[in-house]
Amino acid sequence: MKKIRTIIGKEWAEVFKNRLVLFSVIFLPLMLTILPLATIWGMSRFPASTEASVSAEEIEFFGDLCVGLTENECVMVYTLSLYTLLFMILPVMIPVTIAAYSIVGEKATRSLEPLLATPITDLELLSGKAIAAIVPAILATWLAYMVYAVGAMIMLGTELALAYVFAPAWVLAIFVVGPLMTFLSVSIAIMVSARVTDPRVAEQLSGLVVLPIILLLVGQSVGWVVVSRDMIYLIGVIVLILDVVLGFITIKSFQRETILTQWK
Amino acid sequence: MIDTENLSKQFGSHTAVDRLTLHIGEGEVFGFLGPNGAGKTTTVRMLTCLIGPTQGRATVMGYEVGKDSQSIRRHVGLLTETPGMYDRLSALKNLTIYAELYEVPDVPGQVEKYLRLLGLWERRQDAAGTFSKGMKQKLAIARALLHEPKILFLDEPTAGLDPEAAKLVRDFILEVKAQGRTIFLTTHNLDEADRLCDRVAVFNQRLRVIDTPQGLRQEMYGRQVVFHLADTAVPYQPTLQNLPYINRLEAIDNKLVVALDDPETHNPELIRLLVSAGANIQFVGELRHSLEDIYLRLVNDD
Repeated sequence: MKKIRTIIGKEWAEVFKNRLVLFSVIFLPLMLTILPLATIWGMSRFPASTEASVSAEEIEFFGDLCVGLTENECVMVYTLSLYTLLFMILPVMIPVTIAAYSIVGEKATRSLEPLLATPITDLELLSGKAIAAIVPAILATWLAYMVYAVGAMIMLGTELALAYVFAPAWVLAIFVVGPLMTFLSVSIAIMVSARVTDPRVAEQLSGLVVLPIILLLVGQSVGWVVVSRDMIYLIGVIVLILDVVLGFITIKSFQRETILTQWK
Repeated sequence: MIDTENLSKQFGSHTAVDRLTLHIGEGEVFGFLGPNGAGKTTTVRMLTCLIGPTQGRATVMGYEVGKDSQSIRRHVGLLTETPGMYDRLSALKNLTIYAELYEVPDVPGQVEKYLRLLGLWERRQDAAGTFSKGMKQKLAIARALLHEPKILFLDEPTAGLDPEAAKLVRDFILEVKAQGRTIFLTTHNLDEADRLCDRVAVFNQRLRVIDTPQGLRQEMYGRQVVFHLADTAVPYQPTLQNLPYINRLEAIDNKLVVALDDPETHNPELIRLLVSAGANIQFVGELRHSLEDIYLRLVNDD
């Protein structure tokens, strides 16, 4: 445990002295907090619609998202769910910046060999590097979400915010599925990082892990899918299974000899 | 301290190390010489458990490579070819990280000891990236010694250093030797190997020779005495030619080079004979071949 703590401390000391990495860790959550709040603020300035409920076409587009809501409320709720989905990018993207650099960065600075020559086990090394990437990502996601939720509550009123921003499904998505996705993202980033020689390549390849979220976002914005509570549960289960499988593969595929002699 | 028996490493169809058998005793400074790509670093990596052998076996301090890897890592220090420091972190932080990973009992005390010993204490808060190459190398040596290993592997410790820094590193190696530690040194600097090592091995995928530097000289060239004459040496060659204890005789310009086993016994007679033949002897000296001559002769044979 002590060695894991040392690796975490080392990773953070290094990463947070790198302004570019620090910027990417701060910038994305900041943008994803400001953007939805600015949109809500803009939308709340329009006068309320007199329509009692949404039209049949809109019901087809929004699914059961807008049942019992006015047209204005429906658009607001739809926008909120899009932005909340956007928050799911954070736990995937933030750790990639840190984890992708974790092994390849050591290769580039030639510090990997002396590190591997110490009596640290593969599991301790990988755990340290993974935790160092996971914790800031989760904390940044949760913090950004809390700021967004409080801002939404102030602008929309507690009832609507509680019903749609703090809906149990989204709370589950942010506080449970999010960390699971972070773990998945970190596993992939570390695996890629061990196999490539250039930190930029590692970051770009690992960044592809965000694609499923983007597809989901596009799907929801054009009306192909509506991210419902059931879908969030399903995503959670799939990600959990992938976490177990990829976590196992990451540890098994971390061979000191191969990394030093073949993927140098 | 280090024993290998037919230790081999194959990368696909390429044999990097071929049946290496050697024994290195406690407190010995052992020079491992060879051209680039000879398999020196591969050997060091096998002995420090970074990679596994494909054949043969090796023990380090009695622990078997491949089976007791963690114990070996705990007891050996490694200075890699490039220092590989964390450039954004301070010298103090760099050493603290490694002291913790090696589970050193008194981390701050041990870090301070080596920073002071290598003259880096005043710069301890500076980022390692701001250090000169020589300072980085000193920091890397400190890192390799933090856990007080009994065996130290030094891979090209003075490569790329200016003469002053290289001398500092060499002096430090001698200090470490005086503490009774075993040192496995790979180097291209043959003069350095000659000065530091108790024994040297010339290696080029397989072991070519292994002996003390003096033993190698004798084995390859025998002992040679050179007589510097005032004029050309050729006319005096017949004077010495038929003496039974002379192994080889050569006249080069105004020098007579004589190979013989026991110059201390026979030199007085040789001088007498040459003087009575009319030779004006200016100097007499032993011809000492450099380790470089031996190395080049062996490597060129490959």
